[in-house]
Formats: sequence, C-alpha cells, structure tokens
Amino acid sequence: MSIEVHNISKTFGTFQALKGVSLRVETGELVALLGPSGSGKTTLLRIIAGLEQPDAGSGPICFADTDVAGRSVGDRQVGFVFQHYALFRHMTVFDNIAFGLKVRPRRVRPPRGVIRDKVLSLLKLIQLESLANRYPHQLSGGQRQRVALARALAIEPKVLLLDEPFGALDAKVRQELREWLRRLHEEIHVTSVFVTHDQEEALELAARIVVMNEGRIEQIGTPEQVFHSPQSAFVMNFLGHVNLFHGRMEEGKVRFATVSCDAPDHAPASAEAVMVFVRPHELDVDTKRNGHPSFSATVLRVSSAGPNVRLELVADSGDQIYAEIPQERFKALSITRGSRVFVTPREIRVFAET
Amino acid sequence: MRWLLIGVALGFLALFLAVPLVAVFAQALSKGLGPYFAAHWEPDALAAIRLTLLTAVIAVPVNTLFGVVASWAIAKFNFIGKNLLLTIVDLPFTVSPVVSGLVFVLLFGRTGWAGPWLEDHDLKVIFAVPGIVLATVFVTFPFVARELIPLMQAQGTEEEEAARVLGAGGWQTFRRVTLPNIKWGLLYGVILCNARAMGEFGAVSVVSGHIRGITNTMPLQVEVLYNEYNFSAAFSVASLLTMLAVVTLVLKTLVEWQNKRHMALAAREAAEGIHR
Repeated sequence: MSIEVHNISKTFGTFQALKGVSLRVETGELVALLGPSGSGKTTLLRIIAGLEQPDAGSGPICFADTDVAGRSVGDRQVGFVFQHYALFRHMTVFDNIAFGLKVRPRRVRPPRGVIRDKVLSLLKLIQLESLANRYPHQLSGGQRQRVALARALAIEPKVLLLDEPFGALDAKVRQELREWLRRLHEEIHVTSVFVTHDQEEALELAARIVVMNEGRIEQIGTPEQVFHSPQSAFVMNFLGHVNLFHGRMEEGKVRFATVSCDAPDHAPASAEAVMVFVRPHELDVDTKRNGHPSFSATVLRVSSAGPNVRLELVADSGDQIYAEIPQERFKALSITRGSRVFVTPREIRVFAET
Repeated sequence: MRWLLIGVALGFLALFLAVPLVAVFAQALSKGLGPYFAAHWEPDALAAIRLTLLTAVIAVPVNTLFGVVASWAIAKFNFIGKNLLLTIVDLPFTVSPVVSGLVFVLLFGRTGWAGPWLEDHDLKVIFAVPGIVLATVFVTFPFVARELIPLMQAQGTEEEEAARVLGAGGWQTFRRVTLPNIKWGLLYGVILCNARAMGEFGAVSVVSGHIRGITNTMPLQVEVLYNEYNFSAAFSVASLLTMLAVVTLVLKTLVEWQNKRHMALAAREAAEGIHR
C-alpha cells in the first residue's frame, strides 16, 4: 500500500516541527527519513501513524490513495515500532505479540487457536521460538527489538513504521539487525518507513532516502543520488565527512584556499561568495606540484589504522582539513607529521553561501 | 560510630514508638480481658466503629478513582492548568486538618454559603455523617494520586501508544496495559489512604459535633471516653486503631517487599539477558 502526505505542518507550542512537508512512498518500498534531531522526522512518522495530529490546514494523509487523516490511530492498521520498543512489561513475549489480535472486537477476533498459530509463526520469523514465555526484561536489546517488530507485524499492517529502530543498540547488534531487517523486508515486502539519524544506516538499508532538516525535506533520492549529487549544502554536510571552504566565484572559476578550480556545472552562476565542499577521499596529496591546481598544506597528524590513511592538514590559508589516501599511496609518499604537501581537489561541490 | 548511630535510632524508635504502643495495650487490658471486650460491645463504641468503617468504605474508593484519574491526566497528557491541578492535589497535605474541617463548616454550616439552601431542603451536612465523609475524602485525597503520579510519569506513554496503534480502545488500554503496570503503587496508595481515612481526627472533629452514637468516629470516641476519665474504655477503642496501624504497616511492608522483589528480579534478569 502506498503512503502519500501532502503539505503537512505541525507546531508544538511555539516550535514548528514540520513546515509543509509532502512525500510519497510507493507500495513495497523501504524508505528512510534521515536527519539530525529536531529535523521533524519522528514527528512526520508519528503523523503518518496517527499518533500526532497535523496542524489545521495541512493536506491529506493517504494510504493507497484513500485519505485516512480523519481515522484514529487504531483504525489505520499500521505497524509501529517504537524507539525504546515499548513492549508491555508485564506480559510475556507471546502475549505481547498476540496483543493486537486479542484486543479486536469479538466479531473480528480470530479464534484462540488461530492467534496461537499466528504468534508461533511470528516467533519463528524472529527466531525466538524458545523465548515465548519470557518477559521483556529477560531479553537483550536486540531480542526486544525483534519482539517489537513481531508484535507490529501480527496485525498484518499494510504499512510498517519504525522510529529509530536500532538507536538503542550497540554497534555489532545494530549491524546484525540491519541485515536481518533488510532480508525480512525482501521477504514480506510491506511498505516501510524508518526514521534514523545515522546516515550509514539509511544509506545501507533504504531504497530511497528522505533527508530532512528543520522541518523541511532537503532532498529525496536513492542513496547514490543523495550521497553523490547532494542538492544542498546541508545534504552534502550531513552525509559523509566533508571539508568546507569559503570561497568566491570569479569568471567561471572557483577560488578557495589559494587554489583556483574550474567551476562544476551545478555551481551557482550568480552567487559571489560560495561554500566549497570536498570529501576527504576526493583530495589527492602529493609532495610536489603535479601540474593540477593544488594548494600547499602542512601535515598535523597522521592516523594510519584502518583501510585508508587519514591525514589532518592545515592549509596555508589557515583552513583545517582532512584527507584520506590509500595505504600504498601513503607509503610511496613517505610523509610524516610536519611534512609539506600539495593538495589537489579531484571533485568539488559548490553551493551559494547562505 | 556505626553502632552509636544505630543505637540512637533504635533508642529513639523504642522511646517514641514502641513504648506508647505497649502502653496503649497495657492500659486497655489493665482491668482484664472482660472489660476490654465489653468496651468494644458498648453501643456507642459499636456505632463509632460502624461510622469509621462507613467513612472508609466511601472515602477510599472515591479517592482511588480520583487518584487514578488525576494521575493519569497529569502523567500522560499535557493540558492547561496541569500545574494548578498538581498543586491542588497537595493542598490537603499542606493545610492543617482543623482548617480543612473549618472550610466545610464555612461551606455547609448553618451560616455558611450553602447553609440556607441545605436547610430549605432539610439536608444536614455539618454535625452529620455527610460532613464527616466529605472531610475525610478531602483529607485523604492526595494519597493515591501522590503515589501514582511519579510512577506513571516514569513509565511514560509509549506502552499506551503501542496499545492504541495495535487497535486497543481507551478502556482496553487502561485495563490491559496501564492498570497492571501501576497495580503495586496503587495498592500502596490505597493502604495509606485507608489508614488515614480511619484514623483522621482533626478535620472530622471540627465537622462532627461529637454526638455520641451518631457522629463519633473511633478517634473521636476515644477522645470522648478519655475526657470522661474512662481510661480503660478509651484505650480499649484506641487499641483497635493501633491494631489497624499495625496491620497497615504489615500490609505496606508486604506490598513494598513484593514491589522490590519485582524490581530486583527485573534488574537481575535484565543483566543476565544482556550477557546471554
């Protein structure tokens, strides 16, 4: 089932959490709402679920092109996974998962045996068959998360909404659950939206990413699109590591940090003052000039643990920057702390100064 | 140093709590078991016991209901006047019981605001049972709410939200999710509320009028008997109240113990769960 919201605004007291947001999620898609805290992503998710009401004047909230804005949260048939799982602490795992079926009105409630079979099949799906009689406090974080997911799926939702689903877990469990959720989505193919502030999570898991900032959508696109073709300085800054320079546009060239490069196609023609972004791995480092436009810098720190060597540099312009170069390149250059180097930006992104 | 502190604490306890407790029973039984029980079967004493029980039977459920509703509202919703409500809940704790009683006399007494109207309709509140019940309800109303508000605030609203998303209605959410989560705190509050409802003296004394056999509750009856130098009868009735206190303490300890055991179990198993 598709989800479509149109022109949604939400104000809490004097704080405007959402400012006219529109979004469409296609049937069976897995979409991430990505943004820093306070960007409105959780509010948007809760409005889709019906846990919050949008401000008056907001547009419709459509499930499968039917407006559900007037429907209560219980009637929307959404599966919602809360950030801290919100498992019923006094109920066993079994009863937690069965809850959504047991509270149905008598005429639509499945018989006991059917509920039992349904719960057992879900326990199998989350690989926790042996823990049916445990209480939530007897489970690890990852197990709780899976129970929360099974509980949401028990009511056979048309839409699955997840609020920071891995936020409270440690790194290793996070990674495992991420894999597991992706496989699960491939299996059951329910339209899913999850909220995260972790760009890596969004890039890895989602088919499309909605980048949000200060109550607005900055960009919607595939992970490749938002990472490689960011449409705003915010998206560039938020996804991956970046070096930021403040420069100027001069006759089709960008001048920054004592270097002058050809302006890329997307550069604003009119703006004088610009922000120039370069990712650390898009900087070439050499010990001598190599014919390409470059600026000179001094090495402040070298950290060579990891697949790449990370260099902390200070440009002669005073800008502090990071560069990442492959291990072999680092060995060939034989640079240490204090070395003088020449830095060539291979790719730059330019946005008007705001 | 440790023994000194423990010694001082225990000595203080013995002097101010244990000795009076023993004294009450000693005095009550000073003339033997016969007069002790006779004092309970005396019609005025029986009426006082009946009135005390009636008051508690009304005040405790009313305040349980009010306490649950108020703490639900305060802990789970944001609304205008929330802080005001919080303050009002505490009012009976901050006002002297005598003043609480006087407020009711001012409201419902013969010269009070509602007095003429009540007289026209031949209703009696002050110096009658309704006044005693009202004063008791007023004095005991913070107990349940005070117990539940911090508990419900700590538990947050996520479980209720989860229940609603899963299709549960308001009543189902309360009965299946909220109530089981607060049951020990609620029980604790009810026990304290009941103890105070039966033992309240000040506010009830002001509105009761001390009519023997009609508007005397047990604490008032004790005072009347005592003032008539009928010490053994006074202490005999007092011993019933003391026993109520002891029973309350035992119940309270049991509930607290149960509560703690629950928490400890949860903490231990949570720790094990993480290491598994």
